Order: sequence, then C-alpha cells, then structure tokens
Amino acid sequence: MSTKPTVIVAPDDAPHASVATYVTGFLFSLYLSIFAYVVVVRKIWDGQTLLWAIGALAFIQFIVQAVCFLHLGTERKPRWKLLVFGAMIGIVLILVVGSIWIMDNLNYNMMTPEQEKVYLHNNEGL
Amino acid sequence: MTKELTTAEIQELAVRRDNESKTTLGFWLYLMTDCVLFASLFATFMVLRGNTFGGPGEHELYNMPNVLAETLILLTSSFVCGLATIAVQRRAKNAAIALFTVTALLGLAFLTLELTEFHHLAIEGNSWRRSGFLSAFFTLVGTHGLHITIGLLWMVSLLVQVFRKGLTEFNSRRLLLLSMFWHFLDVIWIFIFSIVYLIGTTR
Repeated sequence: MSTKPTVIVAPDDAPHASVATYVTGFLFSLYLSIFAYVVVVRKIWDGQTLLWAIGALAFIQFIVQAVCFLHLGTERKPRWKLLVFGAMIGIVLILVVGSIWIMDNLNYNMMTPEQEKVYLHNNEGL
Repeated sequence: MTKELTTAEIQELAVRRDNESKTTLGFWLYLMTDCVLFASLFATFMVLRGNTFGGPGEHELYNMPNVLAETLILLTSSFVCGLATIAVQRRAKNAAIALFTVTALLGLAFLTLELTEFHHLAIEGNSWRRSGFLSAFFTLVGTHGLHITIGLLWMVSLLVQVFRKGLTEFNSRRLLLLSMFWHFLDVIWIFIFSIVYLIGTTR
C-alpha cells in the first residue's frame, strides 16, 4: 500500500475571478457613478436628503468594487485580508468621525457672541 | 483534477503557495495603511472645506463635466485592468500586454485631465496658497494623483519586463499586485468624487 498522499491540484492558487464578475462590477459602478452625478447636477433632492443619497450611493459602489474588483471576502479561511480590512475600517472611522467632531466642538466653543447668535439661529432654530 | 504527486513536488507546491499568499497579504497590509493616510487627508479636507479666507468657494471652482469624465475614465481603466489579470492567470502574454497598455493609456488620460484642472485653478490665482480649503483640496486630490503617477511608472516598467521575459512566475505575481493597487486607487476615487466634488458643488 502506498502512503503517498493524494492532493487536489487547482490550476492556480488565486481565487478565480471570472470576466462576468468584472463586467458586473463595472456596469454597477458605471450606473451608480452616473446616477449620483445626475442627482447632484439636476438637483433632484436637496439638503440632508441629498447628502444621504450621495453617501449611500458611494457606499454601495465601494462595496461593489471591493467585492468584484478587489475580491474581498472570497479568500479561503483564515480570512486575514478581511480581518485587516475590518481593522482598517475601525481606524478610519475613529480618525474621520473623531476629527470632525473635535473640530466642530472647537469651532462652537471659540465663537464670538455675534457668531453664536447666527449659529444658534441657523442650526438650532433659536 | 486529481493526480499523484511525489512528496517533493507537494512540498514545493506548498512553499510556492505560502510565498504567494504571504506576498499578497503583505501588499494588502500596505494598501490598508494607505487607506489610513487618505482618511486623514479626507478628515482634514472636511474640516477645512469652509475656510475659504475670502476666496472662491467650492461650487465656484469645480468643473463637473470634467470630473465626470475623469471618474468614467478611471473606472474603465480599473475594469480593463481586471480583464488584464484574467489574461495573466490564463498565461496569455499578448492579451495581457495589450490590456495593461490600454489600462495605462486610460490612466494617462485621467492624469492629463486632472493636471489640466490643477493648471486652470492655479493660473486663475486659486492655487494651494489661496486658502485653507484649497490647501486641503490640492493635498488630497494631489496625493491620489501622485499614486496614479507611481502606478503608471510601475506599469510601464513591468510591461517592459513582461515584453522581454514573458509571464514568468515573478512577473505574473507583480502584475497581480499592481492590479490590486490600481483597483484600490479607483476605490479611493469613489470617495473623492462623492465627498469632494459632488457634495462640494452643492455647497
């Protein structure tokens, strides 16, 4: 009896992306980019709704490209790429949200009384 | 497919796979740190975007049709780059060279549009020296443009290598890393397009 192990040899180690994956990613991204552009240029929505719409469209396109182009989440276990990606998102959120929050507070606390009056009128309806 | 391999062959295969996954993961770690760099520039931009120091604001400066053209060109470039990696995996040398050349030409077109935009802003007196907002704008968008420039130089040097030595194991791996870099730059551009230009033009 032979003790030589039998292995399954895949043609290549990299997770195989097909042409269809790239075409799907491309068409979705194309649609999302043009849609976001038209929403802004034609002024379909305004104010907060517009900001949320732009943010949502960017987020969807981000996920589409991360999965279809960068093959995020398609690797075999252990999923180191996905783990490091999660850590990166955490750092980025702390950095961006933290910076904006701190600088906004700083701005609020450094106002002259006149600026404060205008700010309260515009942002808090007083 | 199933076939019998000698123990030595199995070991060699295992070592090669291990090296390949280590290289990919190492490059991925670099890309993630680059994301943090861009995040800090985005945070700076969002804090400073209103500080125009009496100069022109965002909606007066952005040329939106130009921005849409840049976006679509870079997206197409990223897509063609993806097709090129499939050619690499199928060991189709000529197709890989052709597709990477198209990728590079589209990248060059993108860079030309971006530099033209910068030039127009600068000659109208709205350079990075004008205001805090413009400093942050040029740093953020310029850093992305610098990455694109480095990517283009890398692409040209790899194309020369592939042309001379073919799709060797090393060349193929480098091309796959380059494609990760290129797709990553398009992902960063989604946010520049949305956060800088789309939101900026409504302000």
